[in-house]
Amino acid sequence: MADTHLQDDAPAVAARGGNAHSDRDEQAFVGRSVTINRPRQDIYDFWRDFSNLVPIMENIERIDRIDHQRSHWVVKAPAGNSVEWDSLVTAEEPGRRIAWQSVEGADIKSSGEVEFLDAAPGRGTIVRATIAYDPPGGVIAQWIAKLLQREPNVQMRRDLRRLKQFLETGEVTSSASPSGRESESPTEQAL
Amino acid sequence: MRAVTWQGRHKVQVDNVPDPEIVNPRDAIIRVTSTAICGSDLHLYDGYIPTMRAGDILGHEFMGEVVETGSQSTLQKGQRVVVPFTVSCGNCFFCGKEQYSACDNANPATTSDMSETLYGYPMGGAFGYAHLTGGYAGGQAEYVRVPYSDVGPIVIPDGLEDDKVLFLSDILPTGWMAAENAGIEEGDTVAVWGCGPVGLFAVQSALLQGAHRVIAIDHYPGRLALARQLGAEVLNYSDTDIREALFEMTGGIGPDACIDCVGMETHGLGIDNIIDTVKAHTFLGTDRPAALRQAILACRKGGRVSIPGVYGGMADKFPIGALMEKGLTVKSGQTHVQKYSQMLLDLIAEDKVDTTFMISHRGSLEDGPALYKHWHDDQDEYTKIVLKPGMEASHERA
Repeated sequence: MADTHLQDDAPAVAARGGNAHSDRDEQAFVGRSVTINRPRQDIYDFWRDFSNLVPIMENIERIDRIDHQRSHWVVKAPAGNSVEWDSLVTAEEPGRRIAWQSVEGADIKSSGEVEFLDAAPGRGTIVRATIAYDPPGGVIAQWIAKLLQREPNVQMRRDLRRLKQFLETGEVTSSASPSGRESESPTEQAL
Repeated sequence: MRAVTWQGRHKVQVDNVPDPEIVNPRDAIIRVTSTAICGSDLHLYDGYIPTMRAGDILGHEFMGEVVETGSQSTLQKGQRVVVPFTVSCGNCFFCGKEQYSACDNANPATTSDMSETLYGYPMGGAFGYAHLTGGYAGGQAEYVRVPYSDVGPIVIPDGLEDDKVLFLSDILPTGWMAAENAGIEEGDTVAVWGCGPVGLFAVQSALLQGAHRVIAIDHYPGRLALARQLGAEVLNYSDTDIREALFEMTGGIGPDACIDCVGMETHGLGIDNIIDTVKAHTFLGTDRPAALRQAILACRKGGRVSIPGVYGGMADKFPIGALMEKGLTVKSGQTHVQKYSQMLLDLIAEDKVDTTFMISHRGSLEDGPALYKHWHDDQDEYTKIVLKPGMEASHERA
């Protein structure tokens, strides 16, 4: 007889109602994978120098290195405001995994982890990122969304697409071009 | 600069818009010398494609002269190039497999969400074809910004005039890939639904790829005459029961391969198509696949169905039983233009492929709005329209 409940092999973010919803510990939790046609170590090295992420992540104003473990993040918020916090690397396995969390007193309490896994031979690396936001409760997702100007899971999938574009093509893809809409510039991404 | 812009259903105009600029290192700016209106532009004109925004510059078939290059572009100022309608990065898994229209990087991060929701994964980029495919400004304009210009544009040698090579941008490789997807074998009879530009190039390609017979189906006499001129036998569905005719013409076996070059806006008076039309107009469904249904039913057992015609959403009454029971193979997809550019340019240069027979009308950019209307209203007389920026207004028959 099989167990009445078989634990399947799906990543945690694929649980029904899982992504961007609160889990048992009532954290807002987002996760996403992307395959990048580059070796594991290259992508790890790029990510580990957090300042590289500025052009990749939307709304990031700057990321300052404090020391090898600590960095200071400044994110644009609505109405010309910004949100800042210090982040601490809590684990690093070169070429495999980086984990971090915000330090005491941060505006956004969060912890995150990115794993770098070999895809099938010749197919590059699977990059799997997860971020958990604290404090708990149903309001948190909305609060973060307001702060980041979008839902955290939408933000994450767009950030990972830009990471892939940059590492594979050398540039962040832009369709900035002219239109008959006077409010838009031909050199800035309109949507 | 001047550009043809979409303003809403059946509303196209020529506007003054800003010139494009280099944004990324692999960009180039092209001064357009020739640009065509595509059958799939009529889907935009008719308002069937979601995510168009008023002010979008139309056009995905264009060529011209390189006038500016980014630091990483391999093009040089002054070169004449034809630009594929598909934007492709050349670096991703899909480009590596020559599946350029599936490029994983050419659709900007912010415009990829919708196709990921609709199709499961974000689709690639395309010029002048709504924000679902990136929102890139199109080529019915004086200038165009071409991203990833080291991968897409093909340089045209001197001596080959625009009209001979312009269709390398879309419809010629689309017709070629449609025939290739039909897996043509010696002795094959290939049936082609739709004798618009893609259908006509599919007829020509199927014969070049070794089809024994090609049977072309439409209801416009002018278009059927062009298909016959290329070497096809022709069927007019206004006069003829198509399934019966194909059964008899093939001695009861059926066509070995069927190609649907019609897509989502099928004409025809079958009851299924009338119901589909009502549904499309009431937004209960988007696609009207009457030609595809007929192709699947007509195809021989174990045969092949190739679908270059454009579909966007869901279809009703799809003959899945006929597909499964007969063991048909279906191949489809937006064209992987870059895969075919050089080979087709060589065939043109060797005079093995002619494209100029297709052009029925030429005009200036300023003639664009009138020509959209004419093409929409009179598809027999207007088979293919080419706009020449800089040409004096008032269009002419080719």
